[in-house]
Amino acid sequence: MAEEAGMFRVHQTIGSVLCCKCGIKMDPNAANMCVKCLRSEVDITEGLQKHVIIMYCPECNSYLQPPRTWIKAQLESKELLTFCVKRLKNLNKVRLRYAEFVWTEPHSKRIKLKLRVQKEVLNGVVLEQAYIVEYVQQDHMCESCSRVQANPDQWVAAVQLRQHVSHRRTFFYLEQLILKHDAAVRAIKIKQMDQGIDFFFANRSHGVKFVEFVGKVAPIKSRNDKQLVSHDTKSNNYNYKYTFSVEICPICREDLICLPPKVAVSLGNLGPLVLCTKVSDSIALLDPFTLRISFLDADQYWRTPFKSLLSSRQLVEYIVLDVESMISEVNVGGSSYALADVQVARVSDFGKNDKIFSIRTHLGHLLNPGDYALGYDLYGANSNDIEMDKYKGLILPDAILIKKSYEEKRQRKRGKPRAWKLKSMNMEVDNSNRKLDEEKINTEYEEFLKDLEENPEMTFNISLYRNKEYQPSEMTDGEDVPLPLDELLAGLELSDEEDDDDQSMNE
Amino acid sequence: MATRLQFENSCEVGVFSKLTNAYCLVAIGGSENFYSTFESELADVIPVIKTSIGGTRIIGRLCAGNKNGLLVPHTTTDQELQHLRNSLPDHVVVQRIDERLSALGNCIACNDHVALTHTDLDRDTEEIIADVLGVEVFRQTIAGNILVGSYCTFSNRGGLVHPHTSIEDLDELSTLLQVPLVAGTVNRGSEVIAAGMTVNDWTAFCGSDTTATELSVIESVFKLRDAQPNTIVAEMRKSLIDTYG
Repeated sequence: MAEEAGMFRVHQTIGSVLCCKCGIKMDPNAANMCVKCLRSEVDITEGLQKHVIIMYCPECNSYLQPPRTWIKAQLESKELLTFCVKRLKNLNKVRLRYAEFVWTEPHSKRIKLKLRVQKEVLNGVVLEQAYIVEYVQQDHMCESCSRVQANPDQWVAAVQLRQHVSHRRTFFYLEQLILKHDAAVRAIKIKQMDQGIDFFFANRSHGVKFVEFVGKVAPIKSRNDKQLVSHDTKSNNYNYKYTFSVEICPICREDLICLPPKVAVSLGNLGPLVLCTKVSDSIALLDPFTLRISFLDADQYWRTPFKSLLSSRQLVEYIVLDVESMISEVNVGGSSYALADVQVARVSDFGKNDKIFSIRTHLGHLLNPGDYALGYDLYGANSNDIEMDKYKGLILPDAILIKKSYEEKRQRKRGKPRAWKLKSMNMEVDNSNRKLDEEKINTEYEEFLKDLEENPEMTFNISLYRNKEYQPSEMTDGEDVPLPLDELLAGLELSDEEDDDDQSMNE
Repeated sequence: MATRLQFENSCEVGVFSKLTNAYCLVAIGGSENFYSTFESELADVIPVIKTSIGGTRIIGRLCAGNKNGLLVPHTTTDQELQHLRNSLPDHVVVQRIDERLSALGNCIACNDHVALTHTDLDRDTEEIIADVLGVEVFRQTIAGNILVGSYCTFSNRGGLVHPHTSIEDLDELSTLLQVPLVAGTVNRGSEVIAAGMTVNDWTAFCGSDTTATELSVIESVFKLRDAQPNTIVAEMRKSLIDTYG
């Protein structure tokens, strides 16, 4: 300030004094003692712990944070450093400046930490000192591991996920969602069952959380029950096993539905013949003749449940003979449709008879004469749906087209590996009551993969991983790769075990 | 020679005693040790007087003086003043000062010729200091501390100042005082010099925490190694003769 005011200021040279203990020349400090003498005088690490015993669970590589939390941490990881520093008592009396690991042999059961601490000593001098703390790992199995060791099947909550349909497509999709969101990491065991999957958890809350997760991605109905395992009258402790029965609605994407009159009316006279275009926590229903779309959430669905009239397994291949576009393309509910009158013939009939159907479809913008399309053959179907009988005078169209067929392109690509792959959950297969048809499952999985390829919007919720074995061929014309490769997650390192699983799934 | 001692387990001996070339004041303590240390060192040469000032024992911080006079604060009782007048040699003038800053020992540092004072002392007080102690008065600070009486101590032969004193300040002060000065510590690194020690031209008393290094600094800067009361007197006489002659 004096300088700002233009005042003259005498330059101050800091003199030197003799250290009061050893007498060497030094700059004056608050203790007027040189650093070495100060060090010899006071040890700021006095009273700090140099040896600590920590409990380590060799089964799950976790460390005990008293009183009962177990923390998973790798050697030399940030988490372990935090844990180790937190275990030190009296560290609040000094200021921690720096901490690092000193390398120790991984099997030595010793962790060494180099700490640098600061403390104020002798009227305001701050002294910094480094010291090493040795942690001794004592093996002590954590509660959950010891329970697993005693009896691996010991579960407290079981979630039974079921969908009563003839295919497993929903579960393949659900598996990917669960993997992406790590929803089932707490599961002790996952078991593939007929028409569903069972998840076993060691804790009721894990099970509840999982059911909540499923409820967010699919329209479900759930109920829970508990069974008394044991109880202690003295301490009033009760041990229960909880079971959550979760049913996923049997309506799947691409299903043809005949809405019950009540639902149709409540949705504003929709349909009654509608297509399910999307299933998330609600069901999207599209009337293919008027292009109206309606959403039905889980509550609404389970109030008046209905089944599908025809499902995607019953799709029949048609050849498009003629297209007359009626209305230009419109965007409904996120995807575009165009109503059109088309003339189609069944591929199976082709060349055998002259059966041609004149129908109306919502795929006018996709179809060109000569294209192949998949649809439901209502002409040939012999449906015995109760809901349909309730409508008097309902005229069924001969066919309802669902999607364009890419069979030709697929045939061209046959045998080529995909540029991507999916992770798969580690599931046990239940062979108890009925042997699951492995071949059927594999073909369904392949179908599911093809579905993913052809519907990029489906991959929105799924993590795809780069397939290392894939080499892009030079023949690729580019248009038959609907999935943009840059979206793939490159960083994945699948362990060998998982790789094997993948292979067995694919082959 | 410098002596190490304690006043009732306190090393701040400068607080409880006042040493000049003509007299020595010590506080009235529970134990006789403190007094007898001074007595054995000084008895033959100058009077050692037990006293209190304003009823307190911290006499070293409350009064200021040299061989010519003694200044005591307004808190001093008449009785104490009378006791001091009776005990001190006749040529020593005792004067009670009506000064707001009553810890005169903290505000004034002096030898027989020069005094450094607190910057906020009254002008009247300054005049009294000059008259009674027969010194030239300078208002000064030591390393930014206005309590000059606490952070420095000097005799007619040398002086010790606060360790943080810069070299420029040291030069200026020693030019003012006309004695060699050195920055240093007492009582194992304590920077309140005057509280930790009391000194005259031939002897010094330091707190018992004072280390050998500090003691050797003190002895060399105050030139205590060869100093004897007789040699001092002889020297003084010589200079007196010189002056008169």
